[in-house]
Amino acid sequence: MINAGTGNEAVEATQTFTYPSPFRAFWSGFSANRGAVIGLAFMLLVLFCALFAPLLGLHDPIEQFRDASLLPPAWYLEGTWTYPLGTDEVGRDLLSRLCFGARVSLLVGLCAVLMSLIPGVALGLAAGFFPKVTGKLIMRAMDIMMALPALLLAVAIMSILGQGIINAMIAIAIVALPGYVRLVRASVSMELGRDYVIASRMNGAGLLRLMFLTVLPNCLAPLIVHATLSFSSAILEVAALGFLGFGVQPPTAEWGTMLAAARDYMDRAWWVVTLPGVTILLSVLAINLIGDGLRDTLDPKLKRVA
Amino acid sequence: MSLLEIQNLSVSFGPEAQPFKAVDGLTLSVQQGEVTGIVGESGSGKSVTMMAIMGLLESQGRITADRLRFAGQDLLSMSARERRKITGKSMSMVFQDPMASLNPSYTVGYQIMEVLKVHLGLRGSALRARALALLELVEIPAAASRLQAYPHQLSGGMSQRVAIAIAIACNPTLLIADEPTTALDVTIQAQIMDLLVSLQKTQNMALVLITHDLAVVAEVAQHVTVMYAGQAVEMGKVPDMFRHPQHPYTQALLKAIPEHNKGEIRLSTLPGMVPGQYDRPTGCLVAPRCAYAADRCRQQRPELTLTDLGAVRCFYPISSLETP
Repeated sequence: MINAGTGNEAVEATQTFTYPSPFRAFWSGFSANRGAVIGLAFMLLVLFCALFAPLLGLHDPIEQFRDASLLPPAWYLEGTWTYPLGTDEVGRDLLSRLCFGARVSLLVGLCAVLMSLIPGVALGLAAGFFPKVTGKLIMRAMDIMMALPALLLAVAIMSILGQGIINAMIAIAIVALPGYVRLVRASVSMELGRDYVIASRMNGAGLLRLMFLTVLPNCLAPLIVHATLSFSSAILEVAALGFLGFGVQPPTAEWGTMLAAARDYMDRAWWVVTLPGVTILLSVLAINLIGDGLRDTLDPKLKRVA
Repeated sequence: MSLLEIQNLSVSFGPEAQPFKAVDGLTLSVQQGEVTGIVGESGSGKSVTMMAIMGLLESQGRITADRLRFAGQDLLSMSARERRKITGKSMSMVFQDPMASLNPSYTVGYQIMEVLKVHLGLRGSALRARALALLELVEIPAAASRLQAYPHQLSGGMSQRVAIAIAIACNPTLLIADEPTTALDVTIQAQIMDLLVSLQKTQNMALVLITHDLAVVAEVAQHVTVMYAGQAVEMGKVPDMFRHPQHPYTQALLKAIPEHNKGEIRLSTLPGMVPGQYDRPTGCLVAPRCAYAADRCRQQRPELTLTDLGAVRCFYPISSLETP
């Protein structure tokens, strides 16, 4: 027995261990979730269309072909492959408008997420680290913002700031802010009680190091999930603001604005309404699937025990 | 001169008018290169004392002391910034639960190197070499490949070794170990204790060992302080205190060790529990649980008095009880 024991130690001493990188561990968990992978594939397609829209040889999204207005998609008898998904009421190519619209929607979504993520993290950290006065002030302000319906608040902000795509982003970012602040504060106050924070303080960490290097990385998992999910709601809100006539102004192609403009032709030409609507639906669904996959992979409570 | 001098240290929580004294008038000194044991039940103020010394209580607890000196420097008058330069470098601490005391977001190597960078200013290959040497010092097999491991990829014992490596990274003169083996299983407990004691000897550190395991203290410590409800009830040397406990509480703790109950049908235990914030008796704090408590014990609080064996906080220490 003793010999076997020393033998094992000798083996162990010469052995080297390789640990899987965090990214690989994440990917093996994420790729096991089929819905998330499908969602990711769809979003990559949308992203590709958005990024390379000018290079795909499409028509100009705002060019009007007056003699070809309200043409159905190509697989109909009246349709032609010149306009694969048909044209709208003034003869603009729908496929091209959807691709260029994706640029606006994704960009606005991304900017809105970043614009609420960054101040949200800062405010949440402040609220978590100074719960007595600063934290209470921040949280009550967030409560007031949450007491107003999201779209109403966005419309109110838009009417103060004026129309335009930048203001739409700001409005959406402000509306999403309380969610981030509450999430970060909750994670921070949970993490603050852990021994490793005390250990880090003992090792001489100052306040900023403690906030951003010690605690914040441990709050990232729920934050990534929340950011993904609020990306999809930002796209929806851009579309909603566009539909209501705020936000992106015609003739710029944007999914919500397309939907609003096509409303009157719904009974004659289903495609002008359905295609932007389905695009919004599928994108939001895909992002939500990705978000669910991220949550399943990143949330330690749901993690399979190795 | 002692390395760490604590005189009349009190830590209180809660409202100013009705403070709850978690530590009450503790006096303790720790000598260079010695092992000091602090023993007591849960809630007797052992950990709070050490957190106060390390300056980790800032916001919640109010700390008062006549004297709090480390290596000749006054810790009380020091600014937080100056104090941060000492803690983690010259005085360091090992925590109870190794799984919780390492940051889950960073690799083991990063966490060791962070301390070395901040306190010793090491860079580049010297930094890596020192981190590796530390992991080897705490007897981690295949140390080089462990630098890339995240805490969740290591076992409890291995994590505690890493935590010890971080604590001794800057060659501290004082190491506080707050129940370093409580969260580990029995076979690993012995290994970690052996490691701590051998490191204490080779690095000539002072080690303050907070524990509720009297057997461990009897084996490794030179001095013991028994704490109860925030107060030191008995202080003395090893092995004298184990042979002649003066305080009834110490005696009861010793009697509750399973090895002292061989052949008995029932393990002798101490009934009741440490009084909390609202149920502290007016007299001696141990009185409700003491087998020898007299009327005087229930009305007055005894002071810590010096004896030839150390110090004891009791009106009727055991030696006087046995010779009526």
